[in-house]
Amino acid sequence: MQLAAAVRKEVLLQWRSRGHFLAVFAFGATALLLFSFAIGPNAQALRLFAAGFLWLALLLGSTLALSESFQYEMDHRAMEGLLLLPTTARSIYYGKALTNWLQLSILGVALVPVMVVLYDAGTSMVPQLIAVIVLGSAGLSAPGTFYAGMAAQTKARQTLLPLLLFPLVVPVLLAAVKATSLLILGDPMNQSRSWVLLLVAFNAIYWSLCGLMFTLVVEE
Amino acid sequence: MTVQGFSLPEQPSNVAIAASGLSRRFGRRWALADVSFRIPRGHAALVAGRNGSGKSTLFRLLSTAISPTTGTATIEGQDVTAETEEVRRRVAFLSHQANTYESLTALQNLEVFARHLGTDTGRDRLLDFLDEVSLAERAHDPISTFSAGMRKRLSIARLFLQDASVVMLDEPYAQLDPPGFKLIDRLFRKMRDRGTTVLLSTHLLERGAAMCDDGLLLREGRLVWTGPAAALPGEGAMEIAGIPEEVN
Amino acid sequence: MKGSALASRPSVPGTSRVPAAFLIAGAALLLAGSWLGLFVAPPEHYMGDVQRIMYVHVPTAWNAMLALTWSFVCALMFLWRSDWKWDARMESAIEIGVLLSLLLCIQGSVWAKPTWGVWWDWDPRLTTMAVLVFAYFGVLTLRRFVDDPVRRATWSAAATIVASADVPIVYYSVRWWNSLHQLQSSPATVSRSFYLPLRMNAFGILFVMIGLMMLRTRLAKLHLRSELAPPLISSHPVSDSEPRLPGGAR
Repeated sequence: MQLAAAVRKEVLLQWRSRGHFLAVFAFGATALLLFSFAIGPNAQALRLFAAGFLWLALLLGSTLALSESFQYEMDHRAMEGLLLLPTTARSIYYGKALTNWLQLSILGVALVPVMVVLYDAGTSMVPQLIAVIVLGSAGLSAPGTFYAGMAAQTKARQTLLPLLLFPLVVPVLLAAVKATSLLILGDPMNQSRSWVLLLVAFNAIYWSLCGLMFTLVVEE
Repeated sequence: MTVQGFSLPEQPSNVAIAASGLSRRFGRRWALADVSFRIPRGHAALVAGRNGSGKSTLFRLLSTAISPTTGTATIEGQDVTAETEEVRRRVAFLSHQANTYESLTALQNLEVFARHLGTDTGRDRLLDFLDEVSLAERAHDPISTFSAGMRKRLSIARLFLQDASVVMLDEPYAQLDPPGFKLIDRLFRKMRDRGTTVLLSTHLLERGAAMCDDGLLLREGRLVWTGPAAALPGEGAMEIAGIPEEVN
Repeated sequence: MKGSALASRPSVPGTSRVPAAFLIAGAALLLAGSWLGLFVAPPEHYMGDVQRIMYVHVPTAWNAMLALTWSFVCALMFLWRSDWKWDARMESAIEIGVLLSLLLCIQGSVWAKPTWGVWWDWDPRLTTMAVLVFAYFGVLTLRRFVDDPVRRATWSAAATIVASADVPIVYYSVRWWNSLHQLQSSPATVSRSFYLPLRMNAFGILFVMIGLMMLRTRLAKLHLRSELAPPLISSHPVSDSEPRLPGGAR
């Protein structure tokens, strides 16, 4: 009930700031374009690194999306008003984390065509690719929402979020890149299963741990 | 200098707000130090003091926005630290901050608030509330186009949603125009009629004193005087509060 | 969220000789162990003298992990007991843990260059350490940007717990990602003549670490004391005659 209210609120607010989402998408697409200049016009190498570039673009874009999701809470201290209701900080956290998850998944899926066009990195296993993007986005969203909540309340929000988030999500990045890469380049040894399992394990740990800890972040 | 409670009720169940040794430290400063008082149910109390005397800290502590460093406080017998959720059910707090979402409309802000409250308030009812604070015409405009006074009115409309038995109004008159003043007065009278306990802070002492039963005076985080609200604007109280006469 | 336990300030013990004793004992052990390792122990069969860096590398690794594990314990204790001393201990543990991990990464690349011809070889343990350096450095940065002592302590404890949960996940993910490296070095797999210097250096670094942590914890407590107003003198009941009357009637 409380969670439903929190999710509805976040969806409404993120829909209202959909212009920002488009900007984040443009940022990710630009990053994908720029990465190809780091390699040079080598079609084979680009295809080899496509999965890594996709996830780096999504990771860089995620910090913008995540900090925006707390920006509207900080203007006029909107969240403080909600926290004084008989609602829990936990439902606010999960409302935000779920909505950020959705947003990052959409962002990731939207960046795929850009990757395919730029790097010639297509795959026929589209449902599997979407599943990997959804799982990876969940891994970015849970700790990302947690740290964004902290960073938003400090003076150094733009610097602090990536500094805290990037080292933490190294396993997500490794697993998601490997799994995506195997989908694009072929998976003769059937390795992708273990990477997907790693993503599931990371999500299980961080979706519960961060929800438990978020109360400490918002209460004074 | 601590002054013990006034108008002590015979039974604790008659106490709406009770603070005992309530203190809050922000780093190098005690914003509120060792404050103890009791306010009976249905009373209205005026909290006075200069800027930075601890009024807002007191309000935020009692409404569970922050937790005390030491001491305890109860709202209708419920402890603000241990039974936070029970306290939040009973208390409505009009703070300095508008607590609004800038990109949402006035109506949407109320809807978000109502849903988090868990009350199924219909759209028509919400529009009625907006009408009561004279915002009906702007119900579908985003808050970002609102003035500070209009934001305040929206915060007041939110108070109507909460069926609170204890209401805390921190500087309710700030940013409001004369019709806004009347709105607050009307709201105040309505709450008094319903037997709601009200805690009010304002720099408009004469106005506040006329509406309240009890008075509390804070100075540098300490409670330095308690007594009937009517006596607060007096010279003696002002001297205790450290407010120079010519300012008053 | 927490009550009276944080109302006090941490008590700071007077200067003591204990940290100095630890530092001197640790330095002596390190010198002796390193001398044994460099000049007495026979060169390793396959890798020759390059292997001698192990006498400092392996003990550094143990102690770095120990310091970071201790910081996790301190974070849990702070949230459980709400006592400032655990915040001070956590700060010292993270700082020294980051320092040792950084030293470990440097030693690792010094060893990798002559052994594999590259400075960095993406070995799971070394890579995990590098990730941890950044993760815990992030926690230290967070501490710099939060002014309120209560918030700073609570947030950094939460961030430390969140980062600690990542350690095994990072380790296994990097291991799957790049599965080629030699077996774990521990006294059991190392032959007897290597045993003594390794152990001596392990305790040497441990003692130096404990000495430094004690000094750093004391410094953190002093800093907290300067940041926190002294506790209030407990309320003294006022007699009935004392309440002042309004309107200048006193």
